[in-house]
Amino acid sequence: MSEPLLQAINLHCERDKRELFRDLSFSILPATVTRVEGANGSGKTTLLRILAGLSDAWAGQLLWRGEPRSRVRESFLRNVLYLGHRPGIKPLLSPLENLRALMAGRRPMGDKVLTQALARTGLAGYEQVPCRHLSAGQQRRVALARLLVADEPLWLLDEVFTAIDANGVAAIENLLQERAAEGGAVVFTTHHNVQIAGTKRLVLTPGAVGYDD
Amino acid sequence: MMIKPSDQAVGSIEAMKAVFARDMKVAFRQRQDLLNPLLFFMMVVTLFPLGVSPEISFLQEAGAGILWVAALLSVLLSLDHLFRHDFDDGTLEQLVLQPQPLFLLVLAKTMAHWVLTGLPLVLLTPVLGVMVHLDGNSIAILCLTLLIGTPVLSLIGAIGAALTLGLRSAGVLLSLLIIPLYIPVLIFGTGTVAAAAEGAPVGAYLALLGAFLVLALTLAPFASAAALKVSLSNS
Repeated sequence: MSEPLLQAINLHCERDKRELFRDLSFSILPATVTRVEGANGSGKTTLLRILAGLSDAWAGQLLWRGEPRSRVRESFLRNVLYLGHRPGIKPLLSPLENLRALMAGRRPMGDKVLTQALARTGLAGYEQVPCRHLSAGQQRRVALARLLVADEPLWLLDEVFTAIDANGVAAIENLLQERAAEGGAVVFTTHHNVQIAGTKRLVLTPGAVGYDD
Repeated sequence: MMIKPSDQAVGSIEAMKAVFARDMKVAFRQRQDLLNPLLFFMMVVTLFPLGVSPEISFLQEAGAGILWVAALLSVLLSLDHLFRHDFDDGTLEQLVLQPQPLFLLVLAKTMAHWVLTGLPLVLLTPVLGVMVHLDGNSIAILCLTLLIGTPVLSLIGAIGAALTLGLRSAGVLLSLLIIPLYIPVLIFGTGTVAAAAEGAPVGAYLALLGAFLVLALTLAPFASAAALKVSLSNS
């Protein structure tokens, strides 16, 4: 049994005087895929933002590889990749420029590798087109191209399947599965019907919380 | 390949350069937005002689003040864009999650903001200075005060822009928050030119402006970074 990457102990979160979850404890182990489930407004996005370190509106404990996350902030940020509702793509920049800018602060890479990643997401020939001329799905694919070159051990993916076509969804399913096989951990939310073997489920229901292996 | 946590880091300086370069690139793809503060600056300065008095003696006396106020307001107008677009498209979230210290990345963004708004104002000042009949010495001093003063405006303004990020109509609140902090810079900026016009030494004035700059440079990025985290946390 390997050591958990991220451990949540008695997480508690309230938003607008409504309790989203209480006493939520779970561990994210390497080589696992975890799907956060729940109805609209049950706090899936909030949970992912808390795990990523974007939200401070929570109580409890978060441990990154056994140490309180606030104490190892830099190492935590370096090893976690978060993709949110808003894809982090500048509409005025081309896919290649966007990808380059997103990687620059983490893992600078040559244009050749990045162009290949874009080609694999189906954006070959669009490298130089400003992203505002691309469709919503294509813009999402630019953000997803990051996953192809990312080597962060923990991915937090919020609604990554939105606006992606059926082929794309299948490709991401494969990617996440491969990722887990290589030892990476993935936590994701989606309303799509996504089939990834061995997926753990983390179910958020108001008031009560179930963690189902 | 096995995926393992890594501790290889991109240096803060490289990360700052990347943030700066991206902001410059985005700005030059949207040149219209770059021109707005400059046009505003020119319009205000041109309207003063028409609206108040075209007399040379009045303009010589009030010119430096007019230029300073116009510069201050045009920086204020451009502030809302500093983080707003990044906030809307999600690049701000990615910036906050970069492993480098956030205050340095915010400093890089603020520097880009100054290069794109403050610096062009300074460069335009000699032309507008001649238009309001300032003499050569006054224009030189005025340019110097703006060169030291406008970065302070950007740095302090970034705090306000970061604080009001989560709000839908932030304009008025932003001005209310920021203008009181701009007043000392304005007073010493115009004071320097007035002193120079009377032949008094300006060293002390410039030293005070420089002190403002150092203070803003060392403290404002921390405040902006903290404000950004709060704004993102509440969104």
